[in-house]
Amino acid sequence: MILKEIAKILEASIIANPENSEIDIHSACSADMMSAVLYYHTPNSLLITSLTQPHVIRTAEIAGIKSIVFVLDKKPDKETIDLAQKKKIPLLSTSFCMYTASGRLFKEGLPGCLDK
Amino acid sequence: MPLNSDKTIEGSFQLVGGNFATAGEASGELKRTLTDLGVAEEIIRRAAIATFEAEINVIIYAAAARLLYFIGPSSIRIRIEDMGPGIENIEQAMQEGYSTAPEWVREMGWGAGMGLPNMKKNSDEFNIESVVGEGTTVEMVLNIP
Ligand SMILES: Nc1ncnc2c1ncn2[C@@H]1O[C@H](COP(=O)(O)OP(=O)(O)OP(=O)(O)O)[C@@H](O)[C@H]1O
Ligand SMILES: [Mg+2]
Repeated sequence: MILKEIAKILEASIIANPENSEIDIHSACSADMMSAVLYYHTPNSLLITSLTQPHVIRTAEIAGIKSIVFVLDKKPDKETIDLAQKKKIPLLSTSFCMYTASGRLFKEGLPGCLDK
Repeated sequence: MPLNSDKTIEGSFQLVGGNFATAGEASGELKRTLTDLGVAEEIIRRAAIATFEAEINVIIYAAAARLLYFIGPSSIRIRIEDMGPGIENIEQAMQEGYSTAPEWVREMGWGAGMGLPNMKKNSDEFNIESVVGEGTTVEMVLNIP
Protein backbone atom coordinates (compact mmCIF):
# COMPACT_ATOMS: atom_id res chain seq x y z
CA MET A 1 0.00 0.00 0.00
CA ILE A 2 1.37 3.42 -0.97
CA LEU A 3 2.03 5.72 1.99
CA LYS A 4 -0.11 8.48 0.51
CA GLU A 5 -3.07 6.12 0.57
CA ILE A 6 -2.31 5.21 4.19
CA ALA A 7 -2.34 8.90 5.08
CA LYS A 8 -5.72 9.26 3.42
CA ILE A 9 -7.24 6.26 5.23
CA LEU A 10 -5.98 7.62 8.55
CA GLU A 11 -6.94 11.21 7.72
CA ALA A 12 -3.36 11.90 8.75
CA SER A 13 -1.04 14.77 8.06
CA ILE A 14 2.47 14.05 6.84
CA ILE A 15 4.68 15.93 9.27
CA ALA A 16 8.09 14.95 7.91
CA ASN A 17 9.51 13.93 4.54
CA PRO A 18 6.31 14.37 2.50
CA GLU A 19 8.43 13.91 -0.63
CA ASN A 20 8.70 10.24 0.34
CA SER A 21 4.96 9.65 0.40
CA GLU A 22 5.07 7.38 -2.65
CA ILE A 23 6.92 4.55 -0.87
CA ASP A 24 5.32 1.12 -0.84
CA ILE A 25 4.46 -0.30 2.59
CA HIS A 26 4.03 -4.09 2.84
CA SER A 27 2.72 -4.50 6.37
CA ALA A 28 2.18 -2.72 9.68
CA CYS A 29 2.83 -3.22 13.36
CA SER A 30 1.25 -1.39 16.29
CA ALA A 31 3.37 -1.12 19.42
CA ASP A 32 4.53 1.09 22.23
CA MET A 33 7.27 -1.30 23.31
CA MET A 34 10.37 -0.75 21.22
CA SER A 35 11.98 -4.11 21.89
CA ALA A 36 8.76 -5.82 20.80
CA VAL A 37 9.12 -3.88 17.54
CA LEU A 38 12.71 -5.07 17.23
CA TYR A 39 11.67 -8.64 17.99
CA TYR A 40 8.66 -8.98 15.71
CA HIS A 41 9.34 -6.47 12.92
CA THR A 42 9.46 -7.19 9.23
CA PRO A 43 11.20 -4.96 6.70
CA ASN A 44 9.26 -2.42 4.60
CA SER A 45 6.66 -2.00 7.28
CA LEU A 46 4.81 0.81 8.99
CA LEU A 47 5.00 1.41 12.74
CA ILE A 48 1.86 2.66 14.47
CA THR A 49 2.78 4.07 17.89
CA SER A 50 2.02 6.72 20.47
CA LEU A 51 5.68 7.26 21.40
CA THR A 52 7.41 10.24 19.84
CA GLN A 53 10.97 10.30 21.21
CA PRO A 54 14.00 10.27 18.88
CA HIS A 55 14.91 6.69 19.76
CA VAL A 56 11.67 5.59 18.08
CA ILE A 57 13.23 6.80 14.82
CA ARG A 58 16.45 4.90 15.63
CA THR A 59 14.40 1.78 16.35
CA ALA A 60 12.60 2.17 13.04
CA GLU A 61 15.83 2.64 11.14
CA ILE A 62 17.39 -0.43 12.67
CA ALA A 63 14.31 -2.60 12.14
CA GLY A 64 13.93 -1.52 8.51
CA ILE A 65 10.63 0.24 9.21
CA LYS A 66 9.88 2.68 6.40
CA SER A 67 7.41 5.05 8.03
CA ILE A 68 5.87 5.89 11.41
CA VAL A 69 2.34 6.95 12.30
CA PHE A 70 1.81 8.77 15.59
CA VAL A 71 -1.68 8.19 16.97
CA LEU A 72 -3.89 10.40 19.17
CA ASP A 73 -2.54 13.52 17.48
CA LYS A 74 0.82 13.09 19.16
CA LYS A 75 3.36 15.49 17.73
CA PRO A 76 7.05 14.70 18.03
CA ASP A 77 9.49 17.41 19.07
CA LYS A 78 12.00 19.02 16.76
CA GLU A 79 14.77 16.59 17.64
CA THR A 80 12.67 13.63 16.51
CA ILE A 81 11.65 15.36 13.29
CA ASP A 82 15.25 16.37 12.53
CA LEU A 83 16.39 12.78 12.98
CA ALA A 84 13.58 11.46 10.79
CA GLN A 85 14.58 13.96 8.12
CA LYS A 86 18.18 12.80 8.30
CA LYS A 87 17.08 9.19 7.95
CA LYS A 88 14.48 10.07 5.29
CA ILE A 89 11.72 8.37 7.26
CA PRO A 90 8.32 9.97 6.59
CA LEU A 91 6.23 10.68 9.70
CA LEU A 92 2.44 10.79 9.90
CA SER A 93 0.17 12.09 12.62
CA THR A 94 -3.44 10.93 13.01
CA SER A 95 -6.11 11.77 15.57
CA PHE A 96 -7.33 8.14 15.66
CA CYS A 97 -6.30 5.89 18.54
CA MET A 98 -4.00 2.93 17.92
CA TYR A 99 -6.89 0.45 17.72
CA THR A 100 -8.87 2.44 15.19
CA ALA A 101 -5.85 3.38 13.08
CA SER A 102 -4.81 -0.28 12.90
CA GLY A 103 -8.36 -1.42 12.16
CA ARG A 104 -8.83 1.07 9.36
CA LEU A 105 -5.63 0.00 7.62
CA PHE A 106 -6.31 -3.71 8.14
CA LYS A 107 -9.80 -3.34 6.69
CA GLU A 108 -8.32 -1.73 3.59
CA GLY A 109 -5.99 -4.69 3.10
CA LEU A 110 -2.71 -3.80 4.84
CA PRO A 111 -1.62 -6.99 6.66
CA GLY A 112 0.07 -7.25 10.05
CA CYS A 113 3.84 -7.71 10.25
CA LEU A 114 3.56 -11.36 11.17
CA ASP A 115 0.67 -12.27 8.83
CA LYS A 116 1.57 -14.50 5.95
CA MET B 1 29.90 -14.35 0.22
CA PRO B 2 33.38 -12.79 0.33
CA LEU B 3 33.76 -9.43 2.05
CA ASN B 4 35.29 -6.44 0.34
CA SER B 5 38.16 -6.83 2.79
CA ASP B 6 40.15 -9.75 4.17
CA LYS B 7 41.48 -7.89 7.20
CA THR B 8 39.82 -7.70 10.57
CA ILE B 9 38.14 -4.35 11.04
CA GLU B 10 37.76 -3.07 14.57
CA GLY B 11 35.78 -0.35 16.19
CA SER B 12 35.10 0.79 19.72
CA PHE B 13 32.62 3.02 21.50
CA GLN B 14 32.24 4.51 24.95
CA LEU B 15 28.65 4.32 26.12
CA VAL B 16 27.31 6.40 28.98
CA GLY B 17 24.48 5.26 31.22
CA GLY B 18 21.31 7.35 31.22
CA ASN B 19 22.09 9.05 27.95
CA PHE B 20 19.24 8.18 25.56
CA ALA B 21 20.34 10.90 23.13
CA THR B 22 23.22 8.82 21.81
CA ALA B 23 21.28 5.52 21.71
CA GLY B 24 21.89 3.84 18.39
CA GLU B 25 25.17 5.51 17.51
CA ALA B 26 27.27 2.39 17.92
CA SER B 27 24.79 0.15 16.11
CA GLY B 28 24.41 2.80 13.41
CA GLU B 29 28.13 2.93 12.79
CA LEU B 30 28.41 -0.85 12.77
CA LYS B 31 25.58 -0.98 10.27
CA ARG B 32 27.32 1.51 7.97
CA THR B 33 30.64 -0.34 8.20
CA LEU B 34 29.02 -3.67 7.38
CA THR B 35 27.14 -2.11 4.48
CA ASP B 36 30.39 -0.70 3.06
CA LEU B 37 31.94 -4.16 3.35
CA GLY B 38 29.12 -5.68 1.35
CA VAL B 39 27.74 -7.93 4.07
CA ALA B 40 24.29 -9.41 3.35
CA GLU B 41 21.42 -7.18 4.44
CA GLU B 42 19.85 -9.80 6.71
CA ILE B 43 23.07 -10.23 8.69
CA ILE B 44 23.49 -6.47 8.98
CA ARG B 45 19.98 -6.15 10.35
CA ARG B 46 20.55 -8.88 12.92
CA ALA B 47 23.86 -7.33 14.03
CA ALA B 48 22.33 -3.87 14.27
CA ILE B 49 19.33 -5.06 16.30
CA ALA B 50 21.48 -7.04 18.73
CA THR B 51 23.90 -4.12 19.17
CA PHE B 52 21.10 -1.60 19.61
CA GLU B 53 19.43 -3.70 22.33
CA ALA B 54 22.79 -3.94 24.10
CA GLU B 55 23.29 -0.17 23.87
CA ILE B 56 19.84 0.44 25.33
CA ASN B 57 20.52 -1.91 28.25
CA VAL B 58 23.70 -0.01 29.05
CA ILE B 59 21.82 3.29 28.95
CA ILE B 60 19.09 1.96 31.24
CA TYR B 61 20.99 -0.17 33.72
CA ALA B 62 24.70 0.62 33.71
CA ALA B 63 26.91 3.58 34.53
CA ALA B 64 29.12 3.22 31.48
CA ALA B 65 30.37 0.66 29.01
CA ARG B 66 32.86 -0.07 26.30
CA LEU B 67 31.49 -1.55 23.10
CA LEU B 68 33.94 -3.27 20.78
CA TYR B 69 33.36 -4.86 17.43
CA PHE B 70 35.58 -7.00 15.27
CA ILE B 71 34.63 -7.81 11.72
CA GLY B 72 36.62 -10.67 10.23
CA PRO B 73 36.24 -12.46 6.92
CA SER B 74 33.78 -15.00 8.31
CA SER B 75 32.27 -13.47 11.44
CA ILE B 76 31.27 -10.37 13.34
CA ARG B 77 32.08 -10.26 17.04
CA ILE B 78 30.46 -7.66 19.28
CA ARG B 79 31.46 -7.25 22.90
CA ILE B 80 29.90 -4.93 25.48
CA GLU B 81 31.63 -4.59 28.84
CA ASP B 82 29.70 -2.46 31.28
CA MET B 83 30.33 -1.06 34.72
CA GLY B 84 27.06 -1.36 36.52
CA PRO B 85 25.01 -3.26 39.06
CA GLY B 86 25.46 -6.61 37.33
CA ILE B 87 22.77 -9.28 37.03
CA GLU B 88 22.06 -11.56 39.95
CA ASN B 89 20.12 -14.25 38.13
CA ILE B 90 21.10 -14.45 34.47
CA GLU B 91 18.73 -17.30 33.69
CA GLN B 92 15.82 -15.20 34.90
CA ALA B 93 17.04 -12.10 33.04
CA MET B 94 17.18 -14.13 29.81
CA GLN B 95 13.50 -15.06 30.06
CA GLU B 96 11.16 -13.30 27.66
CA GLY B 97 9.08 -10.78 29.56
CA TYR B 98 11.30 -10.52 32.63
CA SER B 99 12.17 -6.90 33.31
CA THR B 100 13.12 -4.72 36.23
CA ALA B 101 12.88 -1.54 34.16
CA PRO B 102 11.48 1.38 36.19
CA GLU B 103 8.38 3.31 35.18
CA TRP B 104 10.22 6.18 33.41
CA VAL B 105 11.92 3.62 31.18
CA ARG B 106 8.60 1.93 30.34
CA GLU B 107 7.13 5.29 29.44
CA MET B 108 9.89 5.60 26.85
CA GLY B 109 8.94 2.28 25.31
CA TRP B 110 11.54 -0.01 26.88
CA GLY B 111 11.16 -2.67 29.54
CA ALA B 112 9.27 -5.42 27.73
CA GLY B 113 11.88 -7.94 28.82
CA MET B 114 12.67 -8.77 25.20
CA GLY B 115 16.14 -7.25 24.77
CA LEU B 116 18.37 -10.07 25.95
CA PRO B 117 16.24 -12.78 24.25
CA ASN B 118 16.38 -10.75 21.05
CA MET B 119 20.17 -10.38 21.25
CA LYS B 120 20.41 -14.14 21.61
CA LYS B 121 17.94 -14.76 18.79
CA ASN B 122 19.90 -12.56 16.40
CA SER B 123 23.36 -13.95 17.12
CA ASP B 124 24.89 -17.32 16.28
CA GLU B 125 26.82 -17.37 19.54
CA PHE B 126 25.72 -15.51 22.63
CA ASN B 127 27.53 -15.27 25.93
CA ILE B 128 26.73 -13.24 29.01
CA GLU B 129 28.72 -12.96 32.20
CA SER B 130 27.99 -10.79 35.16
CA VAL B 131 29.40 -9.94 38.55
CA VAL B 132 26.96 -8.29 40.93
CA GLY B 133 28.25 -4.86 41.94
CA GLU B 134 30.82 -4.77 39.12
CA GLY B 135 29.19 -5.18 35.75
CA THR B 136 28.04 -7.29 32.88
CA THR B 137 29.78 -8.44 29.72
CA VAL B 138 27.83 -9.58 26.68
CA GLU B 139 29.57 -11.14 23.70
CA MET B 140 27.82 -11.99 20.46
CA VAL B 141 29.12 -13.60 17.30
CA LEU B 142 27.34 -13.59 13.97
CA ASN B 143 28.69 -15.83 11.26
CA ILE B 144 29.15 -14.50 7.75
CA PRO B 145 28.43 -17.46 5.50
N1 LIG C 1 23.66 -4.51 31.40
C1 LIG C 1 22.83 -4.84 32.40
N2 LIG C 1 23.14 -4.55 33.69
C2 LIG C 1 22.31 -4.86 34.71
N3 LIG C 1 21.13 -5.49 34.53
C3 LIG C 1 20.77 -5.82 33.28
C4 LIG C 1 21.58 -5.51 32.15
N4 LIG C 1 20.97 -5.96 31.05
C5 LIG C 1 19.83 -6.52 31.45
N5 LIG C 1 19.69 -6.46 32.79
C6 LIG C 1 18.57 -7.01 33.60
O1 LIG C 1 17.93 -8.02 32.85
C7 LIG C 1 16.54 -7.68 32.64
C8 LIG C 1 16.10 -8.16 31.27
O2 LIG C 1 16.81 -7.45 30.26
P1 LIG C 1 16.18 -7.32 28.80
O3 LIG C 1 17.06 -6.47 27.96
O4 LIG C 1 15.85 -8.68 28.29
O5 LIG C 1 14.78 -6.60 29.07
P2 LIG C 1 14.48 -5.09 29.48
O6 LIG C 1 15.69 -4.25 29.23
O7 LIG C 1 13.95 -5.10 30.87
O8 LIG C 1 13.34 -4.70 28.48
P3 LIG C 1 13.50 -4.50 26.88
O9 LIG C 1 14.87 -4.93 26.51
O10 LIG C 1 12.44 -5.36 26.29
O11 LIG C 1 13.26 -3.05 26.64
C9 LIG C 1 16.49 -6.19 32.85
O12 LIG C 1 15.21 -5.73 33.21
C10 LIG C 1 17.52 -5.98 33.96
O13 LIG C 1 16.97 -6.34 35.20
MG1 LIG D 1 16.69 -4.40 27.34
